[in-house]
Formats: sequence, structure tokens, C-alpha cells
Amino acid sequence: MTTLTDPPQGAFRLSMLLNDTRYRSATLQVIAAIALALALFYLYSNLAENLRRAGLNISYAFLGNPAGYDINQPLIEYSSQSSNLRAAMVGILNTLLVAFMACVTATVFGVFAGVLRLSKNWLVSKVMAFYVEIFRNIPVLIWILIIFFVMTASMPAPRAYRGENATSSMLFDLFAFTNRGVYTPGPEFTRGIGGADGSPLNMVIILAVLVGSFFVTRMVTANANRKQAATGIRPNTLWVNLAIWFLPVIIVCLAMGLTWNIPELKGFNFQGGIKIGAPLIALWFALSIYTGAFIAENVRAGIQAVSKGQTEAASALGLRSGRVMSLVVLPQALRVIIPPLISQYLNITKNSSLAIAVGYADITATLGGITLNQTGRAIECVLLLMLFYLVISLCISAVMNVYNNAMKLKER
Amino acid sequence: MSDTHSHQTAFVRAETLPPMAPPVSEQGIVKWLRENLFATPANSALTVVTLFAIWFVLKSTMPWIFNGVWNTGSLAECREVLDGVAGACFSVLTERWNQLLFGFKYPPELYWRPMLAFCIMLVAMAPVLFFDLPRKLLIVTALFPFIAFWLIWGGTIWTPVMALVGVVVGYLVYSRFVARNFALGFFGGVVAAIITWNLGGYVVDAIAPEEPFLQAIPSRDLGGYMLNMMLGVTCVSLSIPLGIALALGRQSSMPLIKYICVIFIEFIRGVPLITLLFVANVMLAYFFPPGSGVDLFLRVVIMITMFSAAYIAEVIRGGLAALPKGQYEAADSLGLDFAQAMRLIILPQALKISIPGIVNIAVGLFKDTTLVSIISMFDIIGMIRGPILASTDWNGVYWELLGFACVVFFIVCYSISQYSQWLERRLATDHR
Repeated sequence: MTTLTDPPQGAFRLSMLLNDTRYRSATLQVIAAIALALALFYLYSNLAENLRRAGLNISYAFLGNPAGYDINQPLIEYSSQSSNLRAAMVGILNTLLVAFMACVTATVFGVFAGVLRLSKNWLVSKVMAFYVEIFRNIPVLIWILIIFFVMTASMPAPRAYRGENATSSMLFDLFAFTNRGVYTPGPEFTRGIGGADGSPLNMVIILAVLVGSFFVTRMVTANANRKQAATGIRPNTLWVNLAIWFLPVIIVCLAMGLTWNIPELKGFNFQGGIKIGAPLIALWFALSIYTGAFIAENVRAGIQAVSKGQTEAASALGLRSGRVMSLVVLPQALRVIIPPLISQYLNITKNSSLAIAVGYADITATLGGITLNQTGRAIECVLLLMLFYLVISLCISAVMNVYNNAMKLKER
Repeated sequence: MSDTHSHQTAFVRAETLPPMAPPVSEQGIVKWLRENLFATPANSALTVVTLFAIWFVLKSTMPWIFNGVWNTGSLAECREVLDGVAGACFSVLTERWNQLLFGFKYPPELYWRPMLAFCIMLVAMAPVLFFDLPRKLLIVTALFPFIAFWLIWGGTIWTPVMALVGVVVGYLVYSRFVARNFALGFFGGVVAAIITWNLGGYVVDAIAPEEPFLQAIPSRDLGGYMLNMMLGVTCVSLSIPLGIALALGRQSSMPLIKYICVIFIEFIRGVPLITLLFVANVMLAYFFPPGSGVDLFLRVVIMITMFSAAYIAEVIRGGLAALPKGQYEAADSLGLDFAQAMRLIILPQALKISIPGIVNIAVGLFKDTTLVSIISMFDIIGMIRGPILASTDWNGVYWELLGFACVVFFIVCYSISQYSQWLERRLATDHR
């Protein structure tokens, strides 16, 4: 009955370009390419014409010019005579700082709230549900402003700490909460690199020691695992690990002569110690508590995704409830939790651009705010800004994907 | 027989005993408290701590709310009335509610226009949200954009009428040709609509009366919560079709189209909305023909729509990927072409799967409309930070104003998410 028909061998007709599946996709792509090229050319010619009329050109030379504005508390050396590029670098570091801090605290809040929301305690789970709903349904910009106003309008001014009968006093004589920010004791190394003036290298050394400790503890744990696999008895690694974590750091600190620089009221303001400015606190806290609500939902969904049979099986094997959580439920829940967690970290990084609303000098406020307004280089500044965020987003997702691949279900 | 039996047995209870009441600790509120609040010592400690926290919060906020002053003219008067007692100054809301809702430049005698547009919007949204309602209501939905445009911006009625005529002409051309070829119908309809709009522009210029029936309001006079609502509704409704197109493009087997969509989506998702708003504010004007003067509102709508379209595209792609491959193959084996297969088989199922995700994006987008305050548009946050807090009367009234903003956003966002949960239950076709 039916015969397999060969494709028609007739002469090529123009209508075959649209009707023949062999050519159609090529035709459509050519049309799309032409349309795209036309659209880009149209936009470009408009841009060139508009720039010509406004007497502008595209040039990145302004990056080398002096910025001409001051930034509060830059993480690297900066003055108003530094270049715009240097100002952008300060902004980048500030963005990374607040994003990193907010990621850590948001995870803590989120895990805490997510676990407590599943609590059998009715009151606690309702309170946590309330927290999640309130924070998820109100814009983060409002939260940033609220916390900023708490900081600036409700906290005492530094002068409230002065005099015989001061209206405010420092917490434990160490921390001062003022409307300009929070002052905390800061570490100082009298015998470290750079002498009494101190140098950022000191912190790098401490960090290096901590990273070293991390790898040594991993080796200890792997060793314990091997012994357990061979003999069935797991050696107690708690004290060894604690010693590896703390002893080297303490020794290094003592060797470098660690002292704490405690903030003191001098004149109109506190001197010494570390000042965490009100904008940074507002941004950090608001981002953490807002994103924490989202992470709480992810954590709850992840824990609920582990079937009840797993918990029951673990209990049947005789594991205590803590071990059921750490050995059975959490490793499986993490697989569900981590992908949305990655996108929450990305959201934090992107939302940190709201710093401009409270005047925290992140990249959006320096490069996209003051530099843009002072130099008038709108196109260049916005493009650089987008490029920065794009690179950051790609890096975070790349790093997290590596972790995700390591964690995911190994199927054979 | 019965006699002997009764002699042998000492005692037989003739009727069943009434059941005894359960112990006090095993019934009613005591049992509930024991099980839910004081199950273990740790649990009890948690309860006590939580109760203490709640009490602390209530103790500090309740007097503040209940001592609130509602009818003074400025913060100074309000403080006088309060006389040192902790209390809120809600009079800022009673005095400035119109600015918070409509911005400070919209003429107060014309507030009925956005209010009416809002009411029509509720009617227009009803048949989309609840499918039990009569389908005839969809006519209101179709007409709503034109009515709302006319009501809010005012001006001559012929502008929205011409826009409507263009859409109708485009639809007629589409339905004339779609049976033969979807692409022909679609692009023919678009071209016909554009031609009609261009011609209509001249007609409107010719017949527009000197004194329009509704006074024209320029876009820069829009503000307050109305602006948030308008941006949210416009951008979400525009970005859903764009998101569907992007999602389908990303799945396409044609590499060029696929990579255009991938690059667009990943680029938009990689940058924060605020940089896109900067683009709208300082950069986008350069890409329009010189002298076209596209106003800021439209530029912001373009950028926010692109932003949410990229996110919606990813949600819909998830929905498309979740469909079993058999659905695609079944559509092919029925002899449906691409457009028919998508319209009749794939998209209805894929969109149903993506509803919760789309609603999440919509809520997030509505919250993100507050970001326009950073590029100096006077939405509700812009009004609070700008004109109201800067005025001498109300300088320092933070909590009342921000609390009001929290309440209005919470009401809308919470009801949207409740609707989405209802819809999910409603659309669940699997048996549980």
C-alpha cells in the first residue's frame, strides 16, 4: 500500500524555502539574522546620531582622572585625588563585603527559621510562619530604609555617651551603638608585619593559618573514616580537631602581639576600634533578614522532601535523633536545598545594589552614582556596572555548580 | 433456667457503664497545651522564650499604636497632643493619604479617574483569575487597557480608540490568514496593526478637539502607590507573552534563535534591576530616534518588562521541560504544525505547571517596582523619602509612613500568593 517516498527530486522552487523542512530552519535563521542586524544597526545609528548631537563620544579615559569625591571608610587606600577606577575598586570591594556578610547571616537566619517552622511546638512554628510571610511580602527596599531609620533616628548620638551622667553607656564597655554606626573593638598587632601601624597582611596570615587548619582537620577526619572502615571503631576526633582549629591561631596571634583596640569617646566622636557604619548595618541586616525568609522556605521544602521512611529507617537502625538529622535527613535535604540557595545568594549580590538608597559606597553608588553624575559618562558607567554584576553572577553560579555536582546523587 | 443461673452468679451488671471522663490532662485545652507547647523540657523553654519575645514586642508597639493621634496638622502639634506619651502620629496618613496613593502632582479633583480605572481593573482581572465567571466578562478585560489609558492619562479619546482599531484590524487579518499559515497570519496581523496605527496617528491629529473631554495628565505627574500598581500590572501582563516567546526560542533547534534567547535571558538575569533602571533613566533615550522624546515612564516599563520577561521565560522553560516527551510526539503524530501543537497541546499544560512560578515572579516584580524611587520617580517610597519627609510639617515621621507602605504592599502580595495556592489546588488534576 504505502511506499516510502523519496524527497521530491524536482527543480528547486522558491516556495520550498518556507515549505520544505530541509530549508525552512535555514531560511528562518537567515531572516532572524537580517532582522537582528537591522535592529542593531537602527539602534546604533540612533545612538551615533544622538551622541553627535549632544557632542559626546564613547571613551573610557575618565577612569584615569581623579575622582574628586570622598568615600567613608574605604577598604583599600583611597582619597579624593585617586582615580575613578580606584573609586570603582573601592565600590567593588564594598559590594563583595556586604554580599558575603549577608550571605552568611541570611543562611543562618534561614536555616534557623526553616527548621523551627517545622517544630512540633505550635507557637514557635506559627511565629516563624509569621516572620516568613511578613518579610517575603514586603519589598526589601522598605526593610533597608526601616533598619536605616532605626539606626539613624532611634540610636543615641555619640555625645549621649559623654559626661558624668551620660544617657547611654557602652555595652560591656566594649561596644558602642550610635546613630553613626556601631563601634566594636578591633584587633591590633604590635609585633606583626608593618609594626605598630599594622598592615592588612596580618589578617592574611591569620586567614592562611585557618585555611591550613581546615585542611589538616579534613585529613584527620579522612583518617578516622579509614580506621572506622577497617576496624569498625571510630576514634574520637573531637579534641584533636578543636586543638587543630584553635592552637595554631592562638600561637600566631600571641607571636604577633595581638591587642584589642577599644573604641573611646574623644571629642565629638568615638576613636579607635572598628566602626561599622549605619548604612552598612542597614543593608547587611535587611538583606540577611529578607533573604533569610526566602531561605527558610527553601530549607523547609528541602527537609519535607526527605521522605518519612528515611527518618523511620534511621530510627529503626538505632540512631539517636541528632544523628538521624546529621547523617540521614540533612545530606539528602541539602541536595534539594542547594540549587535554590545558589539563586538566593545571587539575589543577595544583586540586591546589594540597593546600597545607593542608604548611601553605602558600593559599586552602584560609586561608579553608577557619583562618578556617573560627575563625569556624565552614562553609557560607559552603566555598561561597566552591568559587566561587573554579570561577571560576579557567573562566578557565583560556577562555584556553586561545582559544589552542587559534588553533592548530587551519584547514580550508577 | 434463668433462676438457677442467677443463683450461680453473684453479680451481673444489666447495663453498660457510662464511660468515665478522660483525665484532665488528656482532654481539652490542657491536652492541647501539653502536646503543642510543653511536650518536652526543651520545648517548654522554647515556648517561654517565644512568649516573652511576643510580649516584649507587643508591649512596645501596642501603646504606640493605640495612643496614635489621627487629626493634627504637623509633627509638632502631634507631639504637643501626645505630651511625652509614646504614641504614633497617624495624622500624617490622614493628611497626606492622597500624596501617598496618587503622588503630589496629580490634580486632586481628578482622583476619581484612577479610582474608576482601579475598579474596572478588578472587574477586568476577575474572569482571568476565576474561570467560573461568565466568559462574556473577557470583553471588559480586552477593553481595559484602552479605557485605563484614557482614564489615567486623559487627553482625546481618539488615541485609545485608534489603538483599539489597530488591534482589531490586526486581529481580523490574523484570523483571515491563520488557517493557511500561522506565521503569515501573525506577521500579517502585526504589519496591519502597525499600518493602522500610523494612519490613525494622522487621523487623531486631524480630528482631536482643542478641549478634550478629559484633561490630559503628563506621565511625570503620576506617582504614589498608583505608580507601583500601574508599573506592576503593565509589566507583568506585557512580560508573560514575551516570556513565552523567549522560552520557546530557547528551546528551539535553530542555533541562531536559541543563542539570541539564551544570551538575552542570561544577561538580564545576571544584572540587578537597578542597573536596568539606570539604563532606562540615562541611557535608553540615546537609542531612540533623535527628538522622539520617549518619556521616562515608558522607558521604565520597557526595561522592567524585559527584566521580568527573562525570569518568566526561565519559569516557563521549566514547565516545558517538565512535560513528558510523549506529549510532543503525540502532537507531531496528529500532524499538527509547530504553532498548533504549541497552542493546543504543549502550552496549556506547560503554563499550568508554571503558574506558581509565574505568580512568584509577579509578586517579586511588584515589590521591585519600589526601586523606581531610586531613579527619582515618585512612587510610594519616593513620596515618603522625598516630598513628605522633606516637608517641615512631617520631618521625622518614619514609622507611620513606612508602616503604611508595609501594610499596602503586604495586602497585595499576600493576597496574590494566597490566590496562587488556591489556583494550584484548583488545577491539580492528579488524584490524591
